[in-house]
Parts: sequence; structure tokens; C-alpha cells
Amino acid sequence: MTSNMTESQATTVQEGLQGFAQDWSSDKQTFHVPWGKAMMWIFLLSDTFIFGCFLTSYMNVRMSTRVPWPNPSEVFALSFGGEPIPLILIAIMTFVLITSSGTMALAVNYGYRRDRAKTAALMFITAAFGATFVGMQAFEWTKLIVDEGVRPWENPMGAPQFGATFFMITGFHGAHVSIGVIYLAVVAMKVLKGDYEASGNYEIVEITGLYWHFVDLVWVFIFAFFYLW
Amino acid sequence: MAFVALADRDDDAHSHDPDTFITKYIWSQDHKVIAIQYAITAISVGLVALVLSLLFRLQLGFPDSFSLVDPTEYYQYVTMHGMIMVVYLLTALFLGGFGNYLIPLMCGSRDMVFPYLNMLSFWVYLLSVIVLMASFFVPGGPTGAGWTLYPPQAISEGTPGVDGGILLMILSLAIFIVAFTMGGLNYVTTVLQARARGMTLMRMPLAIWGIFVATILGLLAFPALLVAAIMMMLDHVVGTSFFMPEMLSMGTANEYGGGSPILFQHLFWFFGHPEVYIVALPAFGIVSDVLSVHARKNIFGYRMMVWAIVAIGALSFVVWAHHMYVSGMNPYFGFFFATTTLIIAVPTALKVYNWILTLWRGDLHLTVPMLFAIGFIFTFIHGGLTGLFLGNVTVDLPLSDTYFVIGHFHMVMGVSPVLVVFAAIYHWFPKITGRMFHSGLGKAHFWLTLLGTYSIYLPMHYLGILGLPRRYFAYGDTDFIPESAHAMNAGITIAALLVAAAQCLFFINVIWSLTKGKKAEANPWRAASLEWQTPDTPPKHGNWGAELPQVYRWPYDYSVPGASEDFIPQNVPDAYASTKDDK
Repeated sequence: MTSNMTESQATTVQEGLQGFAQDWSSDKQTFHVPWGKAMMWIFLLSDTFIFGCFLTSYMNVRMSTRVPWPNPSEVFALSFGGEPIPLILIAIMTFVLITSSGTMALAVNYGYRRDRAKTAALMFITAAFGATFVGMQAFEWTKLIVDEGVRPWENPMGAPQFGATFFMITGFHGAHVSIGVIYLAVVAMKVLKGDYEASGNYEIVEITGLYWHFVDLVWVFIFAFFYLW
Repeated sequence: MAFVALADRDDDAHSHDPDTFITKYIWSQDHKVIAIQYAITAISVGLVALVLSLLFRLQLGFPDSFSLVDPTEYYQYVTMHGMIMVVYLLTALFLGGFGNYLIPLMCGSRDMVFPYLNMLSFWVYLLSVIVLMASFFVPGGPTGAGWTLYPPQAISEGTPGVDGGILLMILSLAIFIVAFTMGGLNYVTTVLQARARGMTLMRMPLAIWGIFVATILGLLAFPALLVAAIMMMLDHVVGTSFFMPEMLSMGTANEYGGGSPILFQHLFWFFGHPEVYIVALPAFGIVSDVLSVHARKNIFGYRMMVWAIVAIGALSFVVWAHHMYVSGMNPYFGFFFATTTLIIAVPTALKVYNWILTLWRGDLHLTVPMLFAIGFIFTFIHGGLTGLFLGNVTVDLPLSDTYFVIGHFHMVMGVSPVLVVFAAIYHWFPKITGRMFHSGLGKAHFWLTLLGTYSIYLPMHYLGILGLPRRYFAYGDTDFIPESAHAMNAGITIAALLVAAAQCLFFINVIWSLTKGKKAEANPWRAASLEWQTPDTPPKHGNWGAELPQVYRWPYDYSVPGASEDFIPQNVPDAYASTKDDK
């Protein structure tokens, strides 16, 4: 038992599961990443459980309610020239958000090249896409509330839980996007001012990116469960 | 742009060296000060919960003699007692208190990785406690929904505290979760990323393993409570129907429709069951270390102990519905959850065997922390075995909501962790304060607490088998409750009063020892783990002076044959005990 605790043996590579465990229990640090990045990953894992609980609860109330659930293709349709196009707004919103992930990835790349101007510009573009997304979400909410009469506690089209879960989950996600926009703007400003030049370390851009990609990824699930089901 | 591990950095100058009283003791970013702030807050709020329990115990034991509480207050006090003890005392004390103090010291780090966030964690925790305490002063008082806060009762008219109390409770829980997340991210990242040279994960003391896995459980389980809290808040304030079915309330139909009360129970227990292990795992870890040090023997089966902690942590996420056998959920679920519940007994029993085998033929020093640790083994076996009863659906059904559950729960999650809290405080008191406590007072405290708590909770099992339901204000003259049960209830109350009084010994001991206690040596228990090898006692800001320690061995090298002393500190190289390889 104690023999594998001595230093000489801890460094010999073992095979199979033992080697796997040994790698993970490595000296000094488990992952060769900065603290901020490790912490962001762990935070996102925790946040995943929040969204997971929200979505599971949504599925639970949707399946257990006896009142019919509104048809998402009809509720989330927009009319152009009298012709309703199902899910068109949500398709644009999703496209905008996915595009912002692309600009974010480019920002991370230029960050590591220490190209401050391009990094900051791409981060501002990402934030602008995010703000656009939130704006369109506000439009969608307005349409549901003002035109359709949907409220968290009632819904003229069917189950009251439709409004309740919709406003709660998209609201929670929208709050995440809004926080992300602010976060992106702050980091982009600091990049532009050259605050990270002293250390030459632009990990923060990647950490911001992790958060942003996560928010995008969650949207894909909300999109699938809410609009496509 | 490779990232340099903490242990390999040349420049360890600390940018936030405290210089004024305020930055040193109030807005402190030092993990040791934050730990003490956490501990003092948690213990203070725990004392409130203790007083509440005495008030309702007096009512239960002597229903006709006192008029201290009316039925409304009885429910409010029971609710607040439960919630405070589980979340605001035990969770905060084990993770915020001991986690904060021990992780950097035992891992050989200078502080938590993000000290500012760590400081924020404490102040947000304090805010959550203030919000919770504020509910005593709002109209209608605190909520009386029971600590599980089940809807529809929790937010229906007629339940005590439905006006403001329940809102403050939910709000306070949400704030607590924010605070815990800030602290928890720090603990996990520090354990993973900021250890000393040579400190592999498999050389970490079990106390750190317990705290580490418990923190991960917290980060994954508290989200369910947060979601449940948000949804209940919306139901109550906005009028949504997540949890609220359409029903008659006070004779009139309520304004809700279609909600699922069982959904709340699932969310609550998806948090609630891991919560049991959030409290238990740090206790398991700490008690392992205390037993090993005071038995002068390495912990038996270190690797098994580590994997048992990890296995218990993983399994704790798939047993939650064993709290819900009587809820009306699908009976097939009961089969699944009973099976997983009984499987979790395997790694738990393994740990108990290993503690006992650690003691076997050890050189036992019956110091105060050791007494508490051994006491824990007794109470934990006791509470664990009754857990097997309640884990089986058919046995649980008649016992559910009786005093048997109260007895089981308080043995396994009340008394056992609290005994470990005392073991830990007595064990690390010399390092934290630089003074020795009074041993005689400590032993008196131990015996009164152990025997007293046994005389509270053992009879409760008998009452439960008689069928005495829990959460009743008074029992009156009921046929199935014999006279002896009433006498026993009175006896339980007297024992509770004695145990509460015995805790004064602890506080007297702490306060007296802080000023009058004998100056402690750096390593009074001659322990091998890293926190006892600091250059200063109590450790100064930055913990390790100029140079970070180098670790050469696991923390359990006691009574190694051929070594010049009966323990080898973790930071002593192999050469010190050259004969060690012969083992």
C-alpha cells in the first residue's frame, strides 16, 4: 500500500486503468490550464445542471398537463405579406447566435496572436450579435404578450404552463446572453486598452469565449425542446 | 504561453498582503480568516436552531405544562430548525469553514486560487443568513411548511408564514446557492490546480478528498434547488402553476391549475439527497484523518477509502426518490431507488470497516478529538443501519413520517457530523489558535454529548415503531399511544435540555483556551499531514513563508519501522527513513 506512495514509483507509468488514474492524480495540477479556465469549466458544468433542471421540469409539466399544448409552428410564426412562415424569427435568432460563436472563435485566435485591434473588434461584433439576439427575443416576448395575450399564469391557446415555462426558460437564457454581452464588452475594452500586454496573456479572451459558446450551446437545446417539439 | 503551476513559480510575492485591521480581519481575502468568519457565522446561526429545538421539544415533552409555543410557532420552529441545521450550519461549516481552512494548508498552497471571490462568498453567505433571520421579524413570521417546503402546502393560505416567511426562505436559499457556488468553484479549482510539488491527488489527506468530492456534489446538486426555488417563487408571486394543482384551499377553489407537486419533490430531493453526502463526505474524510493520527497508524485501505468517497458521491445522485416512496410516484421507481440505495451501503460499509481496522491494534491515544471520532463510528453505524430499514420500500411505508425517521436522520446526519465537527475543532484548535484547549472539559463535553444524544434519539426509534407521527404539535389521548410513550417523550426532552447545556462546556472551553490555554507547539499531535508543518503557528498570511513545501509521501506515515520518530511528515524526503522501502 505505502510503496506506491514513494516518489520514485509515482513517476513510473502504469498501464490500463491504474495509469489513467495516475495521470489524473498528477503532481501539482491536474489539468495544464490556467486557474481561470479550469474554474470556468467547472462553473459551466454547474450551470449545465441548472439548465438541465429547467428543461427537465419543462418536459415534466408539458407531459403531465391535461390541457392541450399550443402548436409551436403556429405560435412562433411570423406573417410576411399575409403568408405565415413558421419559426422564421427563431431561425434568424439561432443563426445570429451561432454566427456569434464563429466571430468569438476568431477573436480567441487573434487574441493568442496578440493582435489587439482585431481581437477587440471581433469581440465587439460578437457582443453586437448577442445584443441583436436579445433584441429579437424582446420582440418575440412583446408579440406573445401584447398580440397573443400569453401570460406566465394564463394562455389563451391552451396550457398555462406554456407561458410559464417559456418566459422562465428563455428569460433565464436571455439573462445569460445579456451578462455575456456585458462580459464581452468589458474584456474587449481591456484588450483594446492593452491591459493584458504586461503579461502577454490573452487566456481571458478564451475564457470569455468558453462562456459564450456555452450560452450558444444551451440555446440549441432550448431551440430543440421548445420550438421543434 | 504555457501556464506555470503555482508550485513552480519563482515569484510568490503576495499582492494582497493585508496591512490594516479591516483588510486583515473583516474584508479579508485570507482563506484562514474567511474560514473562521464562516465558522463563527454558521455556529451562531446553529445556536439559534438549537434554541428553537429546545422550545418545541419542551412543548412535545410536556404538552400541558408550558405555553411557550403555539401550534403556528411550533411549525415555524420545526421548519427553521431543520433548514438552518442542514444548510446554514452543516454545509457552511464543513465546506466554508473547514474546506476553506484546510484545503490550502493540506494541499500546500498559499491561499485559494481566487481569494477575492472567496471573500465575496462569505459576505454573500452572511447576507443569506441575514435574509433568513429577517423572516422571524416579518408579519406572519417565518415559514412553517416543514424544512422540505413541499408545495402546495408551503404557498397555500393557512400555512404559517405564507405572506413573507416563505419568500424570504426561498430568497435566502437562492442567495446561499450563489455564495456556495463562488466558494465551491474556488475549493475545487484549488484542489485540482494549486497543489504543492509532489502532492498528487493520491497523496492528499482523506479530509481533502471528502471536502473535494462534497463540493463537486454541491455544485451539481444545488442547481436543482435553485430551479425549484425560482419556480416556487414564480408560483407564489407571479401566479404560475408549476407546482400548484387546482384544488380547494380554505374552502374555495384556488387560482392555480395543472401544476405537479411531485415535480417539486423530485427537484428538492435531487438536491436533498446529495446534500446528505455534502455533509457526510467531509465528515468521513476528517474522521479518517483524526483516527489515523491518534491511533498512530496509517489509515487502513487508503485507496479504497478514496474510491469509496468517489463512488458514494456518484451514487448519491441516483438515490433521491427513496425520500418519496409515499409520495404517489410510480411504484416501479421505488424498486429502482431501493436498489441503488442499498448499493450505496456497500462503499459506506467499506469505510466503516476501514475505520475499525485502522483502530485495530493501533496505539490509541484517547485524546478529546479521538474520543469524538470514535463516538462518530458508533453513531454512524447506528444511523446507517436504520437507513437500511428506510431504504426498503415495504419497511419504509409504515415507518415513513414517524419518529423512526427523526431518530434515523438525527443519528446519521445530525449527531454524526456534529461529533466530527467537534473532533475537527478540538483536533485543529492548536493550529488555528496557537493554544491548547482544556482536555478535562473537552472529555466531559464528549461524554455528556454522546450519552445525551443517544438518550434523545434511541427512544425515538421505539416511538416510531409504535407509530407516533412526526410534526404533531400535541398527541392528546390517543388509543394507540401508550402512557409510556408520553413518559418517554418527556425523557427525551430532558435529555435534549442536558445536551444543550453540555454544549456550554464547549464554548467555555474555547473562550477560556483562547486566552488562558497553554501555548501550543507547532505539531502537538505529531501528525504527518502538511498543515502541521507550517513555519508559524497559527500560520501567517501566505502559509508557508518564503518557499512552498515539497511533498515526498502520503500523509499517513505513522509508526514506520526504522524511522527515527513514529511519524514522518509529508515534506520530509525519503532519505530520512531509508529503511522504509523494506515494507
